[in-house]
Amino acid sequence: MRFVDEYRNSELGKRLVDRIHRRSKKPIRLMEFCGGHTVTIFKHGIRQLLPSTIEMLSGPGCPVCVTANADLDRAIALARFPDVVVATFGDMLKVPGSYSSLQEVRAEGGDVRIVYSALDALDMARRNPDKSVVMLGIGFETTAPTIAASVLEASREDVSNYYVLSMHKLCPPVIKALLDSGEVRLDGLVCPGHVSAVIGSRPYDFLARDYGIACVVSGFEPLDVLQCIDMLVAQIEAGKPSVEIAYRRGVRPEGNVRALETMGMVFENCEANWRGIGVVPESGMRLREEYRRFDAESVFEVEVSLPREPEGCICGDILRGVKTPLDCKLFRRVCNPENPVGPCMVSSEGSCSAYYLYGEGLAD
Amino acid sequence: MDEKILLAHGSGGKLSHDLVESFLPLFDNRLLDKLDDSAVFELGGRLAFTTDSYVVSPIFFPGGDIGKLAVCGTVNDLAMSGATPLYLSLSLIIEEGLPMADLQKVMASIKKSAEEAGVSVVTGDTKVINRGSADKLFINTSGIGVVPPGVDISGSGAKPGDSIILSGTIGDHGIAVMSKREGLEFSSPVESDCAPLHGLVADMLKVTGQIHCLRDPTRGGLASTLNELARQSGVGMRIEEEKIPVREGVHAACELLGLDPLYVANEGKLVAVVPKVEAGKVVDIMHKSPYGQQAAIIGEVVTEHPGRVVMKTSLGASRIVDMLVGELLPRIC
Repeated sequence: MRFVDEYRNSELGKRLVDRIHRRSKKPIRLMEFCGGHTVTIFKHGIRQLLPSTIEMLSGPGCPVCVTANADLDRAIALARFPDVVVATFGDMLKVPGSYSSLQEVRAEGGDVRIVYSALDALDMARRNPDKSVVMLGIGFETTAPTIAASVLEASREDVSNYYVLSMHKLCPPVIKALLDSGEVRLDGLVCPGHVSAVIGSRPYDFLARDYGIACVVSGFEPLDVLQCIDMLVAQIEAGKPSVEIAYRRGVRPEGNVRALETMGMVFENCEANWRGIGVVPESGMRLREEYRRFDAESVFEVEVSLPREPEGCICGDILRGVKTPLDCKLFRRVCNPENPVGPCMVSSEGSCSAYYLYGEGLAD
Repeated sequence: MDEKILLAHGSGGKLSHDLVESFLPLFDNRLLDKLDDSAVFELGGRLAFTTDSYVVSPIFFPGGDIGKLAVCGTVNDLAMSGATPLYLSLSLIIEEGLPMADLQKVMASIKKSAEEAGVSVVTGDTKVINRGSADKLFINTSGIGVVPPGVDISGSGAKPGDSIILSGTIGDHGIAVMSKREGLEFSSPVESDCAPLHGLVADMLKVTGQIHCLRDPTRGGLASTLNELARQSGVGMRIEEEKIPVREGVHAACELLGLDPLYVANEGKLVAVVPKVEAGKVVDIMHKSPYGQQAAIIGEVVTEHPGRVVMKTSLGASRIVDMLVGELLPRIC
């Protein structure tokens, strides 16, 4: 298949692996920010193929995982409102909040429905005028533009029963927050692919310039990731960190201007609460004043108890890259995809789920 | 107005009677035509008996429908024991309001599939329930077959050194249903692989008496089936990613939805575990069947890591292939 098969060609892959082995001299630490990359890396066994000089860390780039319990609890509470339909992407369903999950509320009679796009949720609002449809706005810069587009369409058509609970997060500010915390030292960053398709590669310039971190935007096929790692190694060995794109079929330096405009029309930046990381300024998005009538948070009065974290769960530390799932006492013993304790086990892009599914840490 | 199924069609009265009568000619056989409370017949030898319920939504999908599925699914369960399928029961639970034309279409499909599979529907039941209490149409079929002498196939028969054979491309059925359900359109639509496999199994049994395991990788996909076999047999399995055939459209849809074809359902494929020396001729005969043209040896049974399936990736690394956990949910981004 075009655009897939050529990026899985095993001969090319082996040649890239050889080149990385030849190039890599000094010990370095790279982080793949995005959960999608974590999955590619584990699914294709890429960590096993890298030289011992390269240490890979998984970052917080899983939208489900970084949603704070306080936010999740609000979504769960909304699903208990009479005549409210909560529309959500499938991954959110099973994430345990402080006291319950969307799945449990659904089993108790709450109306929670899975959608593939915000436009499906808007359609649901049109077809159910006697219900209030609340779309859970979870995701990074990747999903925010389509949610923004749904709000614009709702506004144009004057749909009065469609709302968005915006829990969107922005990537560059949280990368900065991670580095500023001083907990994690990085030499290079595998920059997210889908996010960069929207924001471009320029928002990472500060990382190379101010932090001396090599940055390469990667696609999601195994060869994309290998090529990205090869380019990162080359930059680091040469001592010249910069921002490059190894995913030119999807990403331009300026990003997707139309998507950025749409997002900017509907949303403005605000602080956001990240699981494990805390409140990061300018890292979230809320609906602008003129679209406030679509803002579920402003329209519905939701009261929730103080959030709490599951005992023993180290998802927060894992999201910051300071621990791995293998450091967690619950991993595999108590916490598994059937009975997930924390969000990183629920989401298909979570580190714990990838470690679990692809057997990381199990002796062969 | 188009005729719809009414609650009265399930009341046991005149309408019920007429509905059942209208379908009898489709399954013209003396056991059913008697309309007695049970079908009474004689069978010799070892019997295989199985049952399954079908609740697919939508009920019509590219390459099949719930009727074809209800016949093939049960026929295949019998075939996986090496049995020759003979008789089916057919039980319908219909949601009030189902267009009569849809029901007729499903029944015609059941007739056609049963004919192809060489099985007779010998007993049946129809219930109609309130709108909203079911999703259009649920079907249960049970099947009886005869296991030929000497055939001993089970999930616990895999032995180290055996070859693992897959009869063709994976994920076709799941993707056909999912793309129809979600309104995804592809330039070349993926069709369900729904098909009766007993003929293929009979051909395989002609060339070898040593099929250790047979299983159809339906829900949970190839990955879950291999894990079941590895656990039941107490052996490890090693497979190679590059040997597993995946259709282009399935590949594309999986990329789009964030799914792994290893976990997507099939309805016309089988996995066979046979001694290595037999594998070549088994695959050769499979290639001659319409349902085994892309059959391939995808791996081997090993003594190491019992209960676990390890896959060599196309890049030459290896990783665990686990059972499917939970539902298949599409990803966010």
